[in-house]
Parts: sequence; structure tokens; C-alpha cells
Amino acid sequence: MHMIESGNVAAATGVKLARAGVIAAYPITPQTPLTEKLSEFVASGQMEAEYIPVESEHSAMAVCIAASSAGARAFTATSANGLLYMNEQLHWAAGARLPIVMCVANRGIGAPWTVWNDQQDSMSQRDGGWIQLYANDHQQIIDSVIKAFYLAEFVSIPVMVCYDGYLLSHTYMPFEQPDQTLVDGFLPDFKPKNALDPENPSNFNTVTLPDVRPDIHGNIAPGYMEIRHCLHQDMRKAMMVLEEIDMKFQETFGRGGHPFVEPYLCDDADHVVVSVGSLSYHFRDVIDLLRKEGVKVGVMGIQLYRPFPDKAIVDALQGKSSVFVFEKALSYGNQGPLYADIKAALYPCDNKPAMHNYILGLGGREIKTAQLLETVRTACSKPKWLGDTPIWLGLKCQE
Amino acid sequence: MENKTSILNLTEDEFVHPGNRACAGCGLGIVYRTALKALGKNTILVVPPSCLTVLQGLYPIAAAKLPCLNVTFASTGAAATGVRAAMRSLKKNDVNVVAFAGDGGTGDIGIQALSGACERGDDILYICYDNEAYMNTGVQRSGTTPQGVVTTTTPITGKLQSKKDVPSIVAAHKIPYLATASAAYPLDLYDKVKKAASIKGPRYIHVHTPCPPGWGFEPRYTIKVGKLAVETGLFALYEMENSQLRLTGPSKKMLGKPRLPVTDYFKSQHRFYSLGNDLINDLQAQVDHAWDAYVIHQ
Repeated sequence: MHMIESGNVAAATGVKLARAGVIAAYPITPQTPLTEKLSEFVASGQMEAEYIPVESEHSAMAVCIAASSAGARAFTATSANGLLYMNEQLHWAAGARLPIVMCVANRGIGAPWTVWNDQQDSMSQRDGGWIQLYANDHQQIIDSVIKAFYLAEFVSIPVMVCYDGYLLSHTYMPFEQPDQTLVDGFLPDFKPKNALDPENPSNFNTVTLPDVRPDIHGNIAPGYMEIRHCLHQDMRKAMMVLEEIDMKFQETFGRGGHPFVEPYLCDDADHVVVSVGSLSYHFRDVIDLLRKEGVKVGVMGIQLYRPFPDKAIVDALQGKSSVFVFEKALSYGNQGPLYADIKAALYPCDNKPAMHNYILGLGGREIKTAQLLETVRTACSKPKWLGDTPIWLGLKCQE
Repeated sequence: MENKTSILNLTEDEFVHPGNRACAGCGLGIVYRTALKALGKNTILVVPPSCLTVLQGLYPIAAAKLPCLNVTFASTGAAATGVRAAMRSLKKNDVNVVAFAGDGGTGDIGIQALSGACERGDDILYICYDNEAYMNTGVQRSGTTPQGVVTTTTPITGKLQSKKDVPSIVAAHKIPYLATASAAYPLDLYDKVKKAASIKGPRYIHVHTPCPPGWGFEPRYTIKVGKLAVETGLFALYEMENSQLRLTGPSKKMLGKPRLPVTDYFKSQHRFYSLGNDLINDLQAQVDHAWDAYVIHQ
């Protein structure tokens, strides 16, 4: 069925189709219409789920952690400071290996207060042990939410589905709503490996010593480090799993094929622009214009940021003349996080491209096509290293 | 309470293994064992960091025979809500969902999540064991530390502020059942937990829990110190149903009768050593005033 709806409603519809059992959320702009829609789905009986209107984001994730530990499919959504308020809970959910799915409608972080889009919120959470998927349009939002539950439950790792606040969350776009019967056939029921159960009591997330320790039968149980190593190994394996899920999704729904990165006119390109989220689709207009000028340039969107798809990225970028990373996030005092990650991935390559790092669109600063066009055109004409200091685009006055 | 449990008919079932990691004389050891006996097998526990985390043991060994979810410090009330939501979603409606937290985890860092759960009317039992300071981290003051008590963060003068009245804060949410209890009266606690388990909606039990190393008394005096808190009137045992307060057990018997002076309690523990006469008189006056009000309301 075709729909014309907002990105938030696309996300909510994905959650409904995935039959989440427990939903907890606290309102924050620009995520709010997503949770409003879910509460409507539940109140009107269109969705059979427990909807918990919690008193904070910290508690939203607490409800999800507990519900998931007890064996229910759990979902929440947030933005910006709400995501940061969950911080310890995010690490907890990953450490406890809970397949929670969360949408993040990306928004800049205060101070000073901003409600507008950038990606500092979810980028700042990249090291917490969550899988991070980024959607570029409404179709990818609804599809990613459904795939996210599959992936999370298969690898027992929580998944964040991130999409740009306002640019995607509040704009209306046509997209295909997957058929419920097909989703039911695609997405297996959640069967937790361990769950809180009085018939089979166990103690979850107990204090764990630095060293390994025998259980009451004398068998050696893992220590903290083994448990965390397992999380890392399974994160790396999650890439293979995502690839398989994406293939199965493509067979069922006819969409997908780019689980890690989504290249546009990159094969013959000398220069590649890299970005995350809706900006990578914005860039397609720029690429089309530059191609008409004869500039051999393409754009690549990052669909999966954690685990980091380094092989896919190296395959796509090595041998290129230059790579320009445009980011709506920054590791203050260093570089954009994506730039640093891509540079590190390319380090072993013999034929490394020159790289530039551009920071733009923070706190919703408008990104104009003409500005992108001029920047990429100039960069392609002088493809050399400019040093690692990020170049800020769109600054209007020097402080 | 109508059918009081006695040692003659108390269940033989045990859910806490002996030889756990509690300190000698730990009041929590009594509270935990008693409450779990009252709750029975069909129970899921939610526990934030606290002495109870230590008592329960180190991975891969656990001291309790019930499923238990360890959660972050500030999230207990919401986590209990999450377990209940999952149980409803999975159509397992007969399980007791019980949060078990210390006084700091309840009245300080955890009060937001507890308040949220109470306001929403979530179907959980929340048991707070109040040992009146952050004992697990080495006796730092909490909001529920009484005035005048010396802790590692209220040295020399003792705590300057009054003890936060957490049961009254919870009672302001107009929940269906609230009670206070004491580790020194385990059968009274047992009956209150049993009763709470039979009621739907948010339920709260606040348990005064003496702590030998934190309060400065010998482990053999845990019961004696706990009883003194009740007998001096400093800690009253009551139940609140439909916002009606009713003194229970030993506190009920004290109505209209002379109480032991508060100094009997203060002298039993080292933590009150810096109390001056003015503060002692003031605290005695506060107790007298509270009990005058109990007489009027009963």
C-alpha cells in the first residue's frame, strides 16, 4: 500500500508492522509525532502492545531493558538530549545483550538549546555497543525498523535506527507500506535465549569479577572481559547477518541491496563524497550537476555506522583520487567521527585517496545545494590533502 | 491485620541461600529472607546497585532462588514497570513483580522513576530497605540519613538536615497500599508483604533496616536496635490503605502509653555520638508531636 506520510509516521508504522509488545517513550522534539502515533495505534486497538508513558528517557530505556529481559519485543524513540539522558541505559542495554530497537530523530544537542537537525546526538553514542543504522528517506525508515528487530533479535544486540529530525521526521513523502502478512512471514517471533522466568530463575547482570570464576559445579564462567569480548565479536558478525537479512528482505519486498553503504555514480568516479542520512540524497542533485560539467564524482551514503563496515568502505574508496567527508557531527578538538573512521579504514591501502573533512548543518544551519556544488567543484579541482583540520561550511560571522 | 503469622505457621520455604555475602548482623539479610518467603516462588525481582547487589553474590553464583534483574541505580521503579508490561504482553499475569532497593536508591536517585510508576498506577510492589545512608559505598549521607548522624560525608557535626520522609512522599501519590515495617519485627513485615502481594496497583513498603557497621553497634544487637527505634517512637509501624493511616503491631500497642526516651535509641549506636542536648530535645519534641497526631487520627 502506498502512503504519503511523515518520517515519524513511517517509523511508527514499521513498529506496528513488527508487532512490538512493549513501547515506552517520553516526548522530545522532533521525535514526538512518532510516539503520539504509537499511542494512537495502541489506544485505538490497531496495535496490541503495552504503551508506557514514562516520566523520562532514562525510564523509557529502563522499561525497554526490563521488558526485553522478560522476553518482550521492546521499542522506544528519542532525540538529542533525551538520547544523552539515556546514556548509561544505552550501555546497559548493550552489555545485557538486549534486542531493543530505538528510533533516533537526529537533533543537535544543547547548550545552547537547539531543536533543529544535526547528528551529534547519535554519533556521540557510537561507542556504546549499539548497532547504528541510518535512513536516507521515508522508505528506508520503515524498512529499517522492520529489519532492525530481525537483526537485533538474531544477534542479541540493540539497534538504533537514526533519521534526520525535521528533514525526514516532519516532511511528507510517498512510500510503500509493507503488507502485514509479508512482514509476519519475514520477521520471526522473538524467542529470547534467556528471560526472567520464575520457573527457571537466574540472576541477570550480576556483579562480575575481573577474573574468570567457577560456578557451583566447578565450570569456569566468563569474567567481565570475556563477556565484553563476546559483544565485540558478535557486533562484527552482525554485518554478515545484516547482509543476509537485507537479501531476505529484498526477496520478500523487492527493496534493499545496500545494507552497508549506498553508492551513487561511484564506480567510475575519481572523487567520492561521503555523508550520512538525508544529506547523502541531497548530494545526488549536486553530483548530477557536476557530472553535466564533466566532473567524475559520486556520492556514498553510510547506511550502517556501527559495526563499522570498513571492508565495504575500503572497497568503494581505495584508488579514488579524493574523498570528501561531509558531517553534521564533530569530535570537538579533533575531526568528524566518520572522517576519522574512514581515514583509519583506508590506512592499510597503498592507493589512498586524498581526504577532506567538512562540518556543516550544525543545529539546523541550512545546507544549500549551491553551497555544496561550489564546495565539491572546488575540491575536485584541487584533490590533495588539506590536513585533518575540518573545514566549516556555512559560517556567517567569525567569532 | 486479621490473620497474623506466627513462628508456628510461618512457611518453611526459603528463597535466600545461607552463606550469602551480607555483613554479620545485617538487617537486610532478615528483610530479604522474610520478604521472599512471603512472596513465594512466582516472583520476579528488580534490584538497583545497593548492599543487596553484594548480598546476592558474584557472577556466576547467586544467593537467591528467584529470577532477578539487576538494573541501573536511578531506574528501579521504571524497570519494575517494564517487567510488568512484558508479563502483560506475554499473558503471564499472576507473577509478583517486586522492586527491592535501598534508601538512597529509592528516596534520592531513584525517586523520579518510583514517582512515575506510582503516578501511572503501575502494578508493582516496591520494597525499600532503609539503612539510613549509602552503606554499600562506605556510609555516606543520604536524604534519608537522620539529623545529627555522623557519616563519612557528614563528619564532626553530623548531618544538619532532617531525614527525608519518603513514605509520605510516596503516600502523596495516593497508591492503594503503603506500609512501614522493621527488620526487628520480621513477622509483621511478612504479613505486610503478603497483604501487599494480594493487592493490584502500586504498593510500597518502607523497612527500617539496622546496619551494624554503618550505625556503629555490635552485630548481635541488630534486633535490639531496630526495636528501640520503634519503642522510642522514632520509627512508627503503620499501614495506609486508601490514604487512611493505621498504626500496626507494636506501634499500635504504644498509642496513649509512655514511650522510651529517644536517648535510649541514640545511645545504642556510635553514629549519634555528636548529638548535642539541644538537638536531642528538639528530636524528642518532634517525636512527641508526631505521636500526638497519631492519637488524634486513630
